[in-house]
Amino acid sequence: MASLAARRAKDTTIKAISTVFAVFAIFLLAWILWTLLARGLPALSLGVFTNVTAPPGQNGGLANAIVGSLIQIVIAMAIGGPIGIFAGTFLAENGKGTRIGAAARFVNDILLSAPSILVGLFIYGFLVVPFGGFSGWAGALALAILVIPVVVRTTEDMLNLVPVGLREAAFALGAPQWKVVMFITWRAAKAGIVTGVLLAIARAAGETAPLLFTSLGNNSWSLDLSKPMASLPIAIYQYAGSPFDDWVALAWAGALIITVGVLVLNILARLFLARTK
Amino acid sequence: MDATMDTRGGGQIEPITKAKATGAVSDPIFIALLWASGIFVLLLLGLIIAQLFMGGLPALQHFGLDFIWTANWNPVTENYGALVMIYGTLFSAVIAVVVALPLSFGIAFFLTEICPQAFKRPIGVAVQLLAAVPSIIYGMWGFFVIVPLMAAYVQPPLIETLGQVPILGLLFSGPPLGSGMLTAGLILAVMILPFITAMFVETLESVPPMLKESAYGVGGTTYEVYKNVSIPYGRTAMVGAIMLGLGRALGETMAVTFVIGNATRLSASLFAPGATIASTIANEFPEAPIGSLKLTSLLQLGFILFVISFIVLALSRALVRSRLD
Repeated sequence: MASLAARRAKDTTIKAISTVFAVFAIFLLAWILWTLLARGLPALSLGVFTNVTAPPGQNGGLANAIVGSLIQIVIAMAIGGPIGIFAGTFLAENGKGTRIGAAARFVNDILLSAPSILVGLFIYGFLVVPFGGFSGWAGALALAILVIPVVVRTTEDMLNLVPVGLREAAFALGAPQWKVVMFITWRAAKAGIVTGVLLAIARAAGETAPLLFTSLGNNSWSLDLSKPMASLPIAIYQYAGSPFDDWVALAWAGALIITVGVLVLNILARLFLARTK
Repeated sequence: MDATMDTRGGGQIEPITKAKATGAVSDPIFIALLWASGIFVLLLLGLIIAQLFMGGLPALQHFGLDFIWTANWNPVTENYGALVMIYGTLFSAVIAVVVALPLSFGIAFFLTEICPQAFKRPIGVAVQLLAAVPSIIYGMWGFFVIVPLMAAYVQPPLIETLGQVPILGLLFSGPPLGSGMLTAGLILAVMILPFITAMFVETLESVPPMLKESAYGVGGTTYEVYKNVSIPYGRTAMVGAIMLGLGRALGETMAVTFVIGNATRLSASLFAPGATIASTIANEFPEAPIGSLKLTSLLQLGFILFVISFIVLALSRALVRSRLD
């Protein structure tokens, strides 16, 4: 065995390296945020929010992309949120200990990390081809599939934290299961479930790949969900790779908007969760 | 628990006979909804697999199993093979894990053993926020910031030094374009770092204090206890965490598409532009009309990616949950 001094020296060195690594991770986050602020802020103006995307040099904005993203996220959450909460409740209550429950939990864990681009391809084959074209609905459904596993996972985890005694007390009073779940278990786990929903919104807001094959993007103002629909990530993708300076600047403005939104949602979610613990 | 208090006001006092009836109709409906949602999630994966398989079937029938190990992707002659993309997917993901792993070990050590309690949460959250940044933002950051840095400061010196060594030099050959496998791997490393670190920390915090204290008691240093007690204790789950990172890196699309260079050639060099399955699908899809051989080939690529991800993620889950169940 090495001498005590040598072991201490090794210990100190590795502690120093680990600290440097942690500082480096924070530095990376700061670097990304700094890049976004430095390039996105100068491009950010009221016009970004009010003007529709336009050909280069014509003072276009991202209004249709922002609204398109919001619409698709709202629909995705309206579909995926309830399914996710119900499926998560199923895993924590009725499906607990059953084979179907175990299988659904396994599938959900896979879906949570499965490549999002494949969900886009799935909706493409499932909806876009049979129904004859790209549409806002297809985009919203692709996002819905992506938010379900996030909501399921957090809902199940949070419901498992609710003491069994609370449920038993309600059942003992003669409450039917739907009342126990809706007014006792869900209410006790409310903050946790909201956390899951917020994280799911954050995930849906940043997803780009699945929208490429579903809602496609749209350069004019359109609220028609049966037509291709613009979205912020797709507009950024389209503009960032373009050779026009004003489009690239708009892409940075869009990137800043998305990132701030997503990070705020994440921090809010964590605050919600911290309050329950 | 305020939940019990709140419901007291909501539930009305009714005759026993009537109260029995409330659950009789509504409960089966509610329970059916719960089961339906659970089974829907279960079926979803099957539907996705079936859809990708059916979509890619024409390409499989046309090229046979040779599709998997053909290194040809030629839209002009309509000759498609998946080897270059499979290679690129695995290569970039392995680079990502190799780079992220030491960082995760270090950061997890810092968070569990070194960091003062007051800073633990903010630093942990900051690392986690790296996972929240959308893929496309990593793509832009990589494309506009990292690629020029790689081309100017990282690749030229590596080519001049390591690139001259026989055999090993193959990894560092080619022009310093900035984009390519290494750049893609590095960006992916940053993206999977928070996932691996979070699971490492969770595992390390579950190590029984008694075990660690015994090791300290016989004179171990903090690092020795970390290396010889904590890590061996959590080994299985930590391997699972690494697999999860790998699984995430395999399917990452937008970030990779921006920085990998999108060339469908096979090259051993870290600096050569390449392609992953996901980046190829994202790139070539707009030029693949419905019913074309190209589109079915892309769908077949998607199916292959699904199979690879599924194996890695399922393995990861088995390892992570093995100790818990």
